[in-house]
Amino acid sequence: MHSVVAAHLSLDPAFDFDQLTAFPFLVNALEAGTIVAVMAGVVGWFMTLRRESFAGHSLSLMAFPGATGALLVGLPAALGYFAFCGAGALVIGAAAGAGGARGRGEESAVTGAVQALGLACGFLFLSLYRGVLASYESVLFGSYLGITSGQVLALAGVAAGSLAFFAVVGRPLLFASVDGAVAGASGVPTRGLGVAFLLALGLAVAATAQITGVLLVFALLVAPAATAQLVTPRVGVGLALGVALGIVTVWLGVALAYATDYPIGFFITTVATSFYVLARAARALVARPPAWRRRRVAHPPSEGAAAA
Amino acid sequence: MGGQTVWSGVSLDIAPGAFAAILGPNGAGKTTLLRVLLGELPVTAGSASVHGSSPGALNRQIGYLPQRRQFDAAVRIRGIDLVRLGLDGARWGLPLRRRGAERVDEVLRLVGADDYATRPIGELSGGEQQRVLIAQALVSRPRLLALDEPLDSLDLPNQTAVAALLQRICRQDGVTILLVAHDVNPLLSYLDQVVYFGAGRAVVGAPREVINSETLSRLYGVPIEVLQASDGRLVVVGLPEAPAHHSDRHEHA
Repeated sequence: MHSVVAAHLSLDPAFDFDQLTAFPFLVNALEAGTIVAVMAGVVGWFMTLRRESFAGHSLSLMAFPGATGALLVGLPAALGYFAFCGAGALVIGAAAGAGGARGRGEESAVTGAVQALGLACGFLFLSLYRGVLASYESVLFGSYLGITSGQVLALAGVAAGSLAFFAVVGRPLLFASVDGAVAGASGVPTRGLGVAFLLALGLAVAATAQITGVLLVFALLVAPAATAQLVTPRVGVGLALGVALGIVTVWLGVALAYATDYPIGFFITTVATSFYVLARAARALVARPPAWRRRRVAHPPSEGAAAA
Repeated sequence: MGGQTVWSGVSLDIAPGAFAAILGPNGAGKTTLLRVLLGELPVTAGSASVHGSSPGALNRQIGYLPQRRQFDAAVRIRGIDLVRLGLDGARWGLPLRRRGAERVDEVLRLVGADDYATRPIGELSGGEQQRVLIAQALVSRPRLLALDEPLDSLDLPNQTAVAALLQRICRQDGVTILLVAHDVNPLLSYLDQVVYFGAGRAVVGAPREVINSETLSRLYGVPIEVLQASDGRLVVVGLPEAPAHHSDRHEHA
């Protein structure tokens, strides 16, 4: 976890940029981070809207058995991430579909079970491996070192597929997310879209975990999107802002980790959370009177016996 | 409905262009009727048709407002975007295109929501949200508007205002309106027809023809009295309560 060269970030962005792009491992980290930020920004925006953060959280933990399982059988870690997160998404999605109208409650129960089982498997794989897992912490808390060009390519491929998916289903998915009953009545396949979205979420989580680590996925998945939703209720602007904030977060995170030699996960989380806190504070400053004061008296005395 | 017969032997006809309310106690099958017309539930015996077609075939011509939709403050989507989804939400693609903007503005003006349509829906009051949702249901120019308890969460002035708005839409644009209601009183002066469900059956007719002691007593087979208050409101007395009636409405009514 020590960078090979001494680095000193200055206040001159051009100079810093030159420093950051001077080494291939840093270029790989920035490329991978940017790709992940784009994907996480879009997926996270929909996840926040759909209130599926619990599913997202559980899927992120599936990256742990993914990483350790791949290690155990000698496959690339990235493959393990995608396989386990994707499979977890399908299980949760199938449970939600089978639950029908009661899908929400069923979904969170199954999600919790999947999460616990995943963590347990991860721990089992780890003890079966017996060897020393040198990058134990980096699986959990992220690392920007050792990202290969092949990994960057794989991430780019998954991100391209994910963005193509959103380009096709974006509008009906938005409809189903904010207004499921009406969307269903107007012919949107809400259940199928729900499962497809969970799969996209699982893949985005698997990609993000490769940079931020299993436990800090939410720094890129939730914080930028939630910040964007605080700033603007516009759909297009919000999506773009979430992606932009994610990219800025990743670049600052890589730069600070490189300059200070402290873990990248800490910096990404801190930067992302700072944006969110700033947005909240800014909103509180310009806030109009709280909603309850603008409303009229909510309920007049009861109408008594009605004609029904 | 889970193997239960909600109603049977019901024959009813709503005139095109009419403003009709579906009334009756909880669990009598009001929402079931709407869902049958939307094609979401099959009828086990008999048939249903909407404007001469089988239910579900014409859903693009039905504007639908399900029961109790309240957006809380965390929903950060603009009212105007929600209305536009009523126009193109079922089409594939990105939710970015601006097509249909004139129709969206027109329908927002019609319901009187143009002042607050660009605010996040979760920040609007119950009455304002209901107007935006009515605009959403109307934006695709449906021939039938099906609303499930649209007045439920509104205060009295807003209930009357929304009822008047619906009647205006019905008259101006010739839209048939089917509205499930718990309390007929805010609607009474605007309605053309009433469907009253009870005891597994239903009666249909003009409001005063249906909501009177004689008709309702015949429907339920027990003596029922309809009283008129001095302000014209109707009160039904003696309704047989279905067993196990513990809905939230009864707790505060």
